[in-house]
This record gives sequence, structure tokens and C-alpha cells, in this order.
Amino acid sequence: MPIISADKLQDSYDVVIVGSGAGGGQTAYTLTMEGLKVLILEAGRAFDVQSEVAMLQLPSQAPLRGEKTPDKQYGFHDCSINSGWDIPGEPYTNANKEPADQFRWWRQRMMGGRTNHWGRIALRNGPYDFKPRTRFGLGFDWPIGYDEIAPYYDKVEMLIGVFGTNEGLENSPNSSPGVLQPAPKLRVGELYAQKHGRKVGAHVASIHRAVLTKPQDADTLPAKLHPGNAKAQSILADSMRTRSPCFWATDCHRGCAIRANYDSQTVHLRPALATGNLDILPNAMAREVTLDKQGKATGITFINKTNGSEGHATGRAVVLAASSQESVRLLLNSKSNAFPQGLANSSGKVGKYVTDSVSSSLSAYIPAFEGMPIHNEDGAGGPHAYVPWTLHAKNIKGELGFPGGYHLEFTSGRQMPSLTTLNGIESKLGHEGVLFGAKLKEEARRYYGCQLGFGAQGTMLPNDGSFCELDPELKDQWGIPVLRFHWKWTDFELNQVKHQQQRIRELLEAMGGKVAAKADSEPAKLIRRGGEVIHEVGGAIMGADRESSVTNQWSQTWDVKNLFMADGAPFASTADKNPTLTIMALAWRMADHLMDEMKKGNI
Amino acid sequence: MSTSDDLPRMDRRKALQWMLTATATMAVRDTNLFAADPSPIKAQGYGPDPAMVKVYKPGDVWPLTLAEPQRRTTRALCDVIMPADETSPSASALGVPDFIDEWISSPYPAQAGDRRHILEGLQWIDQEASTRFGKAFADLALEQQTAICSDLAAAKPQPEYKKHASFFKRFRDLTAGGYYTTPEGMKAIGYVGNMPSATFEGPPIEALKHVGLA
Repeated sequence: MPIISADKLQDSYDVVIVGSGAGGGQTAYTLTMEGLKVLILEAGRAFDVQSEVAMLQLPSQAPLRGEKTPDKQYGFHDCSINSGWDIPGEPYTNANKEPADQFRWWRQRMMGGRTNHWGRIALRNGPYDFKPRTRFGLGFDWPIGYDEIAPYYDKVEMLIGVFGTNEGLENSPNSSPGVLQPAPKLRVGELYAQKHGRKVGAHVASIHRAVLTKPQDADTLPAKLHPGNAKAQSILADSMRTRSPCFWATDCHRGCAIRANYDSQTVHLRPALATGNLDILPNAMAREVTLDKQGKATGITFINKTNGSEGHATGRAVVLAASSQESVRLLLNSKSNAFPQGLANSSGKVGKYVTDSVSSSLSAYIPAFEGMPIHNEDGAGGPHAYVPWTLHAKNIKGELGFPGGYHLEFTSGRQMPSLTTLNGIESKLGHEGVLFGAKLKEEARRYYGCQLGFGAQGTMLPNDGSFCELDPELKDQWGIPVLRFHWKWTDFELNQVKHQQQRIRELLEAMGGKVAAKADSEPAKLIRRGGEVIHEVGGAIMGADRESSVTNQWSQTWDVKNLFMADGAPFASTADKNPTLTIMALAWRMADHLMDEMKKGNI
Repeated sequence: MSTSDDLPRMDRRKALQWMLTATATMAVRDTNLFAADPSPIKAQGYGPDPAMVKVYKPGDVWPLTLAEPQRRTTRALCDVIMPADETSPSASALGVPDFIDEWISSPYPAQAGDRRHILEGLQWIDQEASTRFGKAFADLALEQQTAICSDLAAAKPQPEYKKHASFFKRFRDLTAGGYYTTPEGMKAIGYVGNMPSATFEGPPIEALKHVGLA
């Protein structure tokens, strides 16, 4: 079974999955390795990672030096096609006019979804992150705790390959022994922050990222991941052997033709296809989940984007992994007599409690780096270090004005120059006027490589003002009703941004950094807008009972027992940690449960 | 997965209206040899699914629009900003003027402001050259070119240059950015990455010593 066209659909599948990203990929992998017949519907086109990603191309080889345009909203060489916050023919609306009260919705319309341009930061949620209500009296507890998901974190990390170190930090859990790949050596800026950060209580640790730093252990990992399943072990071993470790060049956002970093196609879909149990139908825009008279899901109605015709895919179970808000949209658009408010929405909670990471950034010029011997700092295509959240004792006492926390991600080093590399050189170097001529070339050499910055990513509490619903009028180019978003930051997020800015400033100044930005800016102006971090989750949250949530602890909808969610939609609350690793761990756990239920005859 | 820069938020309709206004204004001033191109950009962009692996050069996706006199001025100005020295070539030797042309000929809304700004600035700087030294900017001696640029680059430009100082700053940013994104420019600034390697050894001991880490 392969990548197919609509006329090659089988009459029925065991499971129909919508979406081929982290959640859909993991679900398909887990199910097909155990012999289930699976179909993935992907709204984007097929995409060949090996031949289509631009790894070593320079900005001067791209139009406009590779800068962002409405066609390529993360830049020309970013591994995104037909994707962005604004896609022609695929609108969405916002109920509020104020930009701060709006949500920006990134869609990644290509095989592998958002995993193509992911930064590969793969941090585990910690025990506190699953129980914010218990800990702070705020947000929602998940119906599961860290211990229940920990074995799945181990499994996902072994499968996809994650480098990092075990630091034994409160609420930033260790992986089991032998799970992590070796962490790469830290860069000068990261080491320098590690030394001087201590003065202000900042702990700089190796970050965890889904990049291979050595070949995967194809001789032992498959048996650990698929005990007693010789076929699965053999397929996985073959797949692991096709992956090369990092060659220490190029930004991971460009995608990875040598398969050193994780993307869904490289790691999940390739072995899943090799089982012979997976069909993938690209260019299929899901419109509605169909139901039978007993209220069970029967499959998905989709638009075949190649010719505009409508089709239907039939399955014994349906998994929505279309990205959190796209899955929500599917539920809301699947109305019937039994579910007049949208499918699986007897609680009225579908679309509610959407969150994104709370983020702001700040950078400085570090004079100590001037004149440093030139060397190659590319490394593993992204940060090697981060500053985990360690101020638990303070915020449990309520001293900080916000629950949860945030971590800091580095931007440092002698990165590949871009069109804007020298912008602001005068203010950073203390020149008046505009540099040009021989002096500019001289100062550029001094300036380059001395910038260091941090981006904070923090917990956003679910609130009643951040949700989506169907727009009462607007439809997309296929006639499918679109989403209308509502967005609201609360004082918790704004207090957190204020704290982020102060803390980053302290850290940069401890390094002798000169921060150009003024310290008194309003947090509301510094916070990145809702959706801009592209970490949105929620909208079909899991919970302990059917009145207050959309799914149970297995991401199985309360109302339709053969309908499951496998993206960020079931997140009951967010952590400061980036959501992708948790999406995969939850998806694997969900898929195991789905198979159990099928075996028991419950589905 | 985040970058801190915001995308331009001007919508296409607004941008088009704005561009029409801007070009209409330019058309009125279109009275001499170095006139700004009054026609709006009608070309298409590369679309949402371009071949990323392909190597592009300016003019491949949309036509360049600078007339030859404007190109001469652009080349000259680029080379005053980024001259050749013992170790690295000049901006024009690296094709930076073509990049500037590509940039101001772009069909995307974000470059529309630069198009107006730069076309007006090129026209002005030639007029200034003519007024001050009796020749087009490209035909001036380097000292004369530098004299004009220095007036634009001053910390506090004189009132008569103030209006065009922002043109110079923007032109400088594009020239320097265009320069350092080429292989020779990367070498000149000291970027030695983008080289696949079997291992990553971390910073050399000399770099660590330099910042007191070894």
C-alpha cells in the first residue's frame, strides 16, 4: 500500500486518519506496525523530503535573498509549501478587530504537516504540567499524570532520536537510561551564558532536540519498541539504517534530506508504508466525519483537491490529527440530528480553551565576543542549549503573578548571514550616522557573531475568551464553513512577559551584553500574537468527565467511541514545553488503546 | 520554531492602492532622463510552491525594471557602500546591483515602499551630483561620491539632505545584506559554516580562551 489517488481507495480501512504530521504519523506508525489497515487523508500534496528540501543553498540563490514573502511566510528556503498564516482560498476570521485580540492560524498544507519546519525542540512535559489545577488552583488538570505518559515519551524518543542530557531538574524529567542520543558540545555563546548566568540564577542546560548525533542503534532499539513483533522490528531496523546522523550544517527548519532530524515522513510514514498496511491520499481536504444510525463514526467525506470532486473514505475507527484547530473545525462542521452543535460536542466544549505559548524575545550585543577566532558554529541546525524553568519555589508561593513558567531558547553564534544581519549595527556599536565604505566592512567583521538573544516560551492558561467557533457566513474555496477565532490574553500572560523580559535582560547583562531595547515597554506590545508561535493546542480537551471535556484520557471522544483525536486538540492545558513530543507520546498511547478496544470488540 | 520578526501585515488590496498612488506621484515627476519607472509591477511572485532546491538569480522569477541610467547609479552607489579591498571584492563584482533591482522590482507588497523610496532616491542623488559636480553620480570621482554619501550618512544631516538620508540608510542595508549573503561576502564577514562534516568538535580552545572559558 502506497501513496494513492482517490480512485485507488479501498472499500474500507480499519482506521482512517486525517492528517500526516506528528500525531497522524505516529498513529499510522503504531497501528500499521501491528497489522491494522490504515488510510491517511492529507490536505496537502505529496512532498519528497530527499529531493525537495534546500539544505545548502545560500540566501543569494533565492529570490529576495530568501526573505519572507506572502508566498513563503517563513522565508524561501524554509521547508513549507502551500503553507502560512494566510492561505489564498482558505480564510478564517476573528471576532475582534484589535490585533492583540486576534488569533493567527498557521496551516501547513503538505505531506508531513508542520513537522517539516519544526525547530525539533523536544522537551517532555513534567509532572506539574499535567496538574495545574491541583498545583495553582487554575486551568485544568489532565486526567492522566506524568507517570502514565512517561513510558510513551521513552518510546517516542527512541523511535525518532532525541539528543540531550538528563539534568535531574524539577519538572523537566529525565529520560530513561539509554534513551537519549549524546548532546552536542555547546557553542561559545551557550557556554558563556552558562558561566555568567549562574550570577543571576539561570541554569543553562543542554536542550533536547529531535536530531540524530550518531546512528540509531538499529540492532537493539527495534526489539525494545516492538517486542515479539519480528516484522515490525525488521522494518524499523531498515528504516533506522537509512538515517544518517547530523552533518553539522544548515538550519533544521529547511528540512533534512539525509534524515538526521525527525519529520513525520522520514521517521513515521516511511516504515508505516513499508508494512504494506498504509495508504496515503494526498490533496484530500477533509470536510466532515460521517456517522451511522447508531452514532458511530463511519469515515470521512473529503474534497479531492485535484478535481474538486467529493469522496468518502470508510473506516471502523476515525482519528483526527489535522492540527488542533483543523480537527476542531471538522467536528464543528460534522453536524447531524444527534449532534446539532457539532460532533462530539454534547459538552459544548468543542473549540474551547485554545492556547498558544506565551512568548517574547530580547537580544543584546556581547562585546566580549568581539575579535573571537573565526570558527564554524553551525552545529545541529538549531540551539544546543536552553534555560529551563527552575523558579518553582517562587511561583508556587504566588510571588510571580503567573502560574506555570517559561524556558528560554538561544539564538547565538556565527550563523549564516541573512539580508538583515547588519541591520542596527550602528546603534549596537555606538556609531552615530550610517556606516559605509571601508569602515562598514571593518565594523561588520567586528559586529558579526556578537549578537546573542533569547526567546521565551511559556505556559498560557486556558481562558474563556480564547476559543473558536464556526463563522456564521464565510466558507472556504471548497464551500466548507471556516473558523472564527476569539482571543484574549489575561494578566497572567502579561505578567509572565514582563518577567520574561526582566529575566532575559538580567541574563544578558550578566554576560556584559548591551541591550538596545528599552526596559519599560508594555508587555502587551512585546508578547507575540496568539498563533504566532504555532504552538496552539486545545479545543477538544481531555478530562475526567463528559460534562467538562470532549475526550477521555485516551483522546477518545466521550460521545463517539470510535472517534479519536491525535493532535494538540486534547491538551487540557499547556506547559512551557513545546507541544510536539507530547503530541506524539499521546498519539502512541491513544493508538495502543484503540487497538485494545478493537481487540475487545468495543469498537 | 519561532522567529521574532513579524510579517508585513499590509493586505494586498491596500498595498495595490498604495502602489498606484505612489506610482502616480512618480509619474508627475517623470520629467528627466533618470525618471523613476512609473509603471506598477504587474509580474507575479513565485507562488506558494516554488522549487526550493533550484538556484535562482535576479530576473529569473520576475523581470528587472531599472533603466540603464538607474542601473549605473545603483552600481556606483553600491560600490561606494561596499568597495573592494585587499581581501574582498566590491558589491558590483558580486552582483549586488542586480539584487537591488530584483528587490525593487518585486511584485510583493513588502517591497513596494522600497521601490518608491529607492527610485526617488536614485533620481535625487543624480540630480545632486549634477548640481554639485556637473556630472551623473556614476561619473564622479570617488571623493565626490563619498562627499554626497557622507552628507546623507551624517548623524544629523543638514536640512536639505534629511529627506534623503532614509533612502541612503535603506539602500545601505540592502547593499550590505545583499553583499554578505553571497559566498564571497560570507567569507569576508567570517562565516565559515554550511560545510557538512562528520563531527562537531565545539569551539576551539582559542575561542574559549578569548572569552575566559579556558
